[in-house]
Amino acid sequence: MKLTLHIWRQRDRGDRGRFVTYRLDDVSPHMSFLEMLDVLNEQLVGRGEEPVAFDHDCREGICGACGVVINGLPHGGFPGTTTCQLHMRHFQDGDEITVEPWRSKAFPVIKDLVVDRSALDRIAQAGGFISVRTGSAPEANSVPGPKEAADLAMDAAECIGCGACVAACPNGAAMLFTAAKISHLGLLPQGQPERERRARNMVSAMQREGFGACTNYRECEAACPKRISINFIARMNRDFLKASLLHGRERGGKRQAR
Amino acid sequence: MKLDAKIPGGPLQQKWSDYLNDIKLVSPANKRKFEIIVVGTGLAGASVAATLAELGYRVLAFCYQDSSRRAHSISAQGGINAAKNYPNDGDSVWRLFYDTIKGGDFRSREANVYRLAEVSNSIIDQCVAQGVPFAREYGGGLANRSFGGALVSRTFYARGQTGQQLLLGAYAALMRQVAAGQVELHPRCEMLDLVVADGRARGIVTRRLETGQIETWSAHAVLLASGGYGNAFYLSTNAKGCNATAAWRAYKRGAGFANPCFTQIHPTCIPRSGDYQSKLTLMSESLRNDGRVWVPARKGDRRDPGDIPEAERDYYLERMYPTFGNLVPRDVASRAAKRMCDDGHGVGPSGQGVYLDFAAAIERLGEQAVRERYGNLFEMYERITGEDPYRVPMRIYPAVHYTMGGLWVDYNLMSTIPGLFVLGEANFSDHGANRLGASALMQGLADGYFIAPFTLGHYLAGEKPPALDTSHPAFADARRQVEERIGRLLGIGGPHSVDHFHRRLGAILWDKCGMGRRGEGLEQAIGEIRGLREEFWKQVRVPGGAEGLNPELEKAGRVADFLELGELMCRDALERRESCGGHFREEYQTEEGEALRDDANFTHAAVWEYRGDDQEPARHAEPLNLEVVKPSQRSYK
Ligand SMILES: Cc1cc2nc3c(=O)[nH]c(=O)nc-3n(C[C@H](O)[C@H](O)[C@H](O)COP(=O)(O)OP(=O)(O)OC[C@H]3O[C@@H](n4cnc5c(N)ncnc54)[C@H](O)[C@@H]3O)c2cc1C
Ligand code: FES
Repeated sequence: MKLTLHIWRQRDRGDRGRFVTYRLDDVSPHMSFLEMLDVLNEQLVGRGEEPVAFDHDCREGICGACGVVINGLPHGGFPGTTTCQLHMRHFQDGDEITVEPWRSKAFPVIKDLVVDRSALDRIAQAGGFISVRTGSAPEANSVPGPKEAADLAMDAAECIGCGACVAACPNGAAMLFTAAKISHLGLLPQGQPERERRARNMVSAMQREGFGACTNYRECEAACPKRISINFIARMNRDFLKASLLHGRERGGKRQAR
Repeated sequence: MKLDAKIPGGPLQQKWSDYLNDIKLVSPANKRKFEIIVVGTGLAGASVAATLAELGYRVLAFCYQDSSRRAHSISAQGGINAAKNYPNDGDSVWRLFYDTIKGGDFRSREANVYRLAEVSNSIIDQCVAQGVPFAREYGGGLANRSFGGALVSRTFYARGQTGQQLLLGAYAALMRQVAAGQVELHPRCEMLDLVVADGRARGIVTRRLETGQIETWSAHAVLLASGGYGNAFYLSTNAKGCNATAAWRAYKRGAGFANPCFTQIHPTCIPRSGDYQSKLTLMSESLRNDGRVWVPARKGDRRDPGDIPEAERDYYLERMYPTFGNLVPRDVASRAAKRMCDDGHGVGPSGQGVYLDFAAAIERLGEQAVRERYGNLFEMYERITGEDPYRVPMRIYPAVHYTMGGLWVDYNLMSTIPGLFVLGEANFSDHGANRLGASALMQGLADGYFIAPFTLGHYLAGEKPPALDTSHPAFADARRQVEERIGRLLGIGGPHSVDHFHRRLGAILWDKCGMGRRGEGLEQAIGEIRGLREEFWKQVRVPGGAEGLNPELEKAGRVADFLELGELMCRDALERRESCGGHFREEYQTEEGEALRDDANFTHAAVWEYRGDDQEPARHAEPLNLEVVKPSQRSYK
């Protein structure tokens, strides 16, 4: 099939950027979206032009590296699908496709379709872990974990950190990403000791990074390629609220007289 | 090149614990003074970086992705082995050891493999404590499943995303140390050379991928955990960025490269669909637990699978290997599939495919149970092929998946360059000529959490490498070479893209150094690769400049290295005149078409030494003195 692509080109962080139109013939319906971009790039290289930069690695929907906004929707808006897993059979001969990077204040564009998502790593650094020393762990089966909780934790843990939730949110919030980690760890017996502290620290980090607030648009859930439920945000809010209430006590060991 | 494996004395079962009792320790105050470079943040790299930082070392960690969480380990699906024996089916450290040695076709070091089996249980404890949500049973205990090459259920898993969950556990530990200021993390930063000063590995040269800035870094030791080289074949199940550059640069600086021809071709991948294909997708081996592999019994039978009656199907693995059936090891399953297709029984548009059928499992367990076990894999399959595997059998074909070969290391995981340690898939150590499923994750985490932190300390305490910074001339020298090479690549301005050359290299390797190899073919391949390499350096076009993000330039450097490594793979395959594991020399097979080892002449690791671009590399051998196991003809019948 033949396609017309309007692709965002931007030289570097400082460049203002613009859409450039490309035409592509002979696109096979079995190609993935990224393979279609590969074909375009190979043609660009052949013509001595600079290829379109985009992030990708695993090309099977798990590393979270890929991600572009296709016709206005992160990853193209197909349920449970990352850009690398999107196949061209979902498009039709003669289609026009707009391709843009994630748009969010917290994700500056580095080049073309590549953005800087390091803010997500910094949220993880603020508390997305269980503090256990290597070698100090108890025997694995000595702490039984209810299957239901483990399964629910796994639902949250499936987050690939691609940032589609942020790109989809009109407020540019990273609530779903942060909530997924807080819920994953908070649902497990091993995650209890640091549960409140984790919620407090990760939520504060999220705010510091310039992500917006949640006003329940639910776009994040719709865009998430791992179909992570927005219910986890409610769970995070509960943990955060509890943590904020407990905060004074924790600091002093006793309620502080103010 | 001196190859001293430094295997501790004493009985096999005692070696590691005696070693731990004997090694030198670094005092807490001194740990702070040591800087350690870790290249790679996959399971091996993230786990070792976090553990060393926790011990008090100052760690510098590097990866090429935008976040360390995206290392290729993330895509491992099926599971991780450990000798817990939770299912009470007779497993033990000894059995895990034995299965791994046998699975590797008796081409690995006993002491290393035994240690791996020994620490396997601690890995599971560690990961559970970190919050890895492994599958559980209703009673709250951990669940297990079986994998190829074993008769026990010893594989722990987190749905079809075990690698993801283990890596996120290690990533979390790493993030904790970054926050504590113990690890300085450099994502989007690619190592382009190793710096060897005064005979020791003392640093690296990197390129910042966003800006193109070249930097040098010094340290007391360098740890490579940079993954495998399966992408030499162009099409593989590896992530697109996986590369051999870090390991290859180390080889060219004097580190021995062991068994480069030992590559694993995985039997269950989605067949390729066209020339534009950029990678192949694995369907986890765990599917062979419940899926049955078959082809039409009649050659060239083009009917729909549903129209082929039971009696006209050949469940060839069950027929040829009644004991292990669909669960034979990977090399055996891959070769059998190739043979079926070569004989004209292949299915699908290209004839390069066999069926993996779940009809019986769905009937036995119900669709829901199958969905619970493999839902995400089925979904992945459907997304790629547009076919519903709950109704139509999957089509699968073997694809390059893993590399058992890698930089040679001794028992301490140290290469032939003092101060250069190699962990995870990048080293050659534990899987011999064929890796069993769910053992790579185990090895990466064993190396990173439980082995290297001790062996590195032993090295530092014993050798006390003196302080040294990047003003040593070796740094400027390495940096200049890196810059010159980048300049050369950008200056060629030929007519062909980097991928053009990579695809051609892949085709040569797949045809002549893939599932079946022959002496003549390998000789031809060596000539062809040399020609291709020359052509590359004259005809490649790398657009853009040295500054700024330039993915084509990144690829060009990696492919240039694959073009050299590819030749060494063929050379190694040529010199190993026997068949073993994934290395199948067609000249050496039993009457039944099974691999025919030559234990008298080849019970060794072949270790290659670089001697300059204009000289042939030298082949050395580390004899594998198998003292405990008796090599037998591997039989899965
Ligand atoms: C699809 C798939 C499924 C698999 N499933 C399983 C399974 O179920 N069970 C199992 O046991 N094994 C499995 N394996 C194998 C296993 O995943 C890998 O062998 C293992 O994860 C490798 O880990 P690693 O830490 O050695 O390297 P990797 O995870 O590959 O990490 C390499 C790291 O090195 C960095 N790096 C590389 N080169 C450079 C450079 N030049 N400069 C800077 N950084 C660099 C990368 O950025 C990355 O951080 C699977 C493999 C594949 C491909
Ligand atoms: S490339 Fe890894 S998720 Fe798309």
